[in-house]
Amino acid sequence: MSQTLTQKIIANAAGRQMVNTGEIVTCRVDLAMIHDSGGPRRVQPILERLGVGVWDPQKVVLVSDHYVPAVDAETAEILDLTRKFAAEQKIANFYDMQGICHVVLPERGHLKPGMFVVGGDSHSPTGGAFGCFMFGIGATDMAGVLATGETWVRVPETIRIELTGQIPIGVSAKDIMLVLCARLGMDGGDYQVIEYAGDTIGQISMSERMTLCNMAAELGAQTGLISADKTTEKYIRDAGGNPGDIEMWQNDEGAPVRVNHHIDVAALPPQVALPHSPANSVPVTDAVRTKINQAYIGACTGAKLVDLHMAASVLKDRKVAAGVRLMVAPASQRVTEDAAADGTLAVLTAAGAIMLASGCGACAGYGAGVLADREVCIASTARNFKGRMGATTAEVYLGNPYTVAASALKGEICDPREYLS
Amino acid sequence: MNSGSHIHGAKVWSFGDFIDTDVLAPGLYMKSSLKVMASHCLETIDPDFTSKVRAGDVICAGRNFGMGSSREQAAQSLNYHGVAAVLAVSFGGIFYRNAINHGLMALVCADAHLIPAGHAVSINPVEGIVRDLDNDTKYTCDPMPAHLLKMLSDGGLVSHLEKRFAKGTKA
Repeated sequence: MSQTLTQKIIANAAGRQMVNTGEIVTCRVDLAMIHDSGGPRRVQPILERLGVGVWDPQKVVLVSDHYVPAVDAETAEILDLTRKFAAEQKIANFYDMQGICHVVLPERGHLKPGMFVVGGDSHSPTGGAFGCFMFGIGATDMAGVLATGETWVRVPETIRIELTGQIPIGVSAKDIMLVLCARLGMDGGDYQVIEYAGDTIGQISMSERMTLCNMAAELGAQTGLISADKTTEKYIRDAGGNPGDIEMWQNDEGAPVRVNHHIDVAALPPQVALPHSPANSVPVTDAVRTKINQAYIGACTGAKLVDLHMAASVLKDRKVAAGVRLMVAPASQRVTEDAAADGTLAVLTAAGAIMLASGCGACAGYGAGVLADREVCIASTARNFKGRMGATTAEVYLGNPYTVAASALKGEICDPREYLS
Repeated sequence: MNSGSHIHGAKVWSFGDFIDTDVLAPGLYMKSSLKVMASHCLETIDPDFTSKVRAGDVICAGRNFGMGSSREQAAQSLNYHGVAAVLAVSFGGIFYRNAINHGLMALVCADAHLIPAGHAVSINPVEGIVRDLDNDTKYTCDPMPAHLLKMLSDGGLVSHLEKRFAKGTKA
């Protein structure tokens, strides 16, 4: 019987020949990713109560990204505990202040097709861009994984998103996701797998594929997934990883699909999500002239090197409007290094951008750049829920990095294509 | 916290669709204790919730309850206030797992959004039956998978694992 890629990965992790959708199975975990917020400070008391340590330190990656750098006694304590946990549990793969977990994991070659991976964070679907089944779980679930090396899963069905055509100027993967949020709704993914296919995929970078999978979380999917190809293989090799046999990890011909949705990417304008949900997305032309206080380029969703390139292409030789603050928090230390080396950082700072540390930062209301009462912000992040980015009366709009940068120049939400030829 | 047992005469709090984790557990308080976090639970949509909710009350909500973050403080804050169960038309997948892991009953009930606030309900999670005692209306819930009912009756994942480790078997 034809199997989906998801079924193949889960069957392999469950030690089975095949699995049926809807079936509940126990899987061996190939890799567990944890961070400073939901990781050590929350799992350690549970491991102590169970009287066990981490089942296999080689299969754990720990990243400090939520409370970096420490800003007060509480966050310093959380980071201190995180560092001590790494040492005590002998977790060699500890990336301290190196960037956001979802970006650091592939950058350091930890992901490859066919893996069954859990992450202690809701944007863990990002890893699905590498052809692995990676989904988010809470801290107690993670403690169970760290204690046993296993977890349960209900085998999801596949919802296929077919993307065709070339991404137009001023448009990015982010816009594809915003339009999907508007069309399918925040529960359109129904905790199944969203798999992206179609000729657009072959034309876009791993970073853009990561954005697609990252925001599968916003569709309420268990995860996002993209079958590996030559681009995947090259990225993993360049990151120092071993891609393995990518032919093994593809959908069978005629594998079952619950539903197929099509997006003509070539006809897509930049999108903006109005407060307070990504599902409130509209074409940017319907959101223009909204005055802003802040423009924020950051998060796992919107501050990878390609995202900074998009922003720089708009900001080059221009200045941020008076009274508006543009803040940029690159997604990782490596992104910062690369952006410094290729001149992108100089373009951003010359335009007036304020550079912030790599981390989850203001996106989730944890770090620098949160908003005051009734302030308005446009951000390249994934979520704009009420109260998420600071004050509960603040209003957050979501856009792609071109749109965020262009809005910073104008002091109001605007169509970035005005600045791009 | 409950132990997967039946609930009798619980007062209903009613919420709409898409109650997200930032509303249940705002990011600003993620570094704080559960006590502090719980005092802000749902304040952005109902400032009276934390002062008026009583142990044993239940929440009835619409689609995708608990969507968003993996932060389990969203479920724990409800536990902190003694919420006995959440009935929703559907749940955010991570929240659903987190709730059960913390011994918070989470039932998928297609008509949960129709149950009026302030009414008293009885819940039989094993048979999947909810009764509105104020207007004698019966609602049905999706049956919970057996392994999750077991986890719930053990008081959550950690207690469940404790039992299994004590028996010398792996989870």
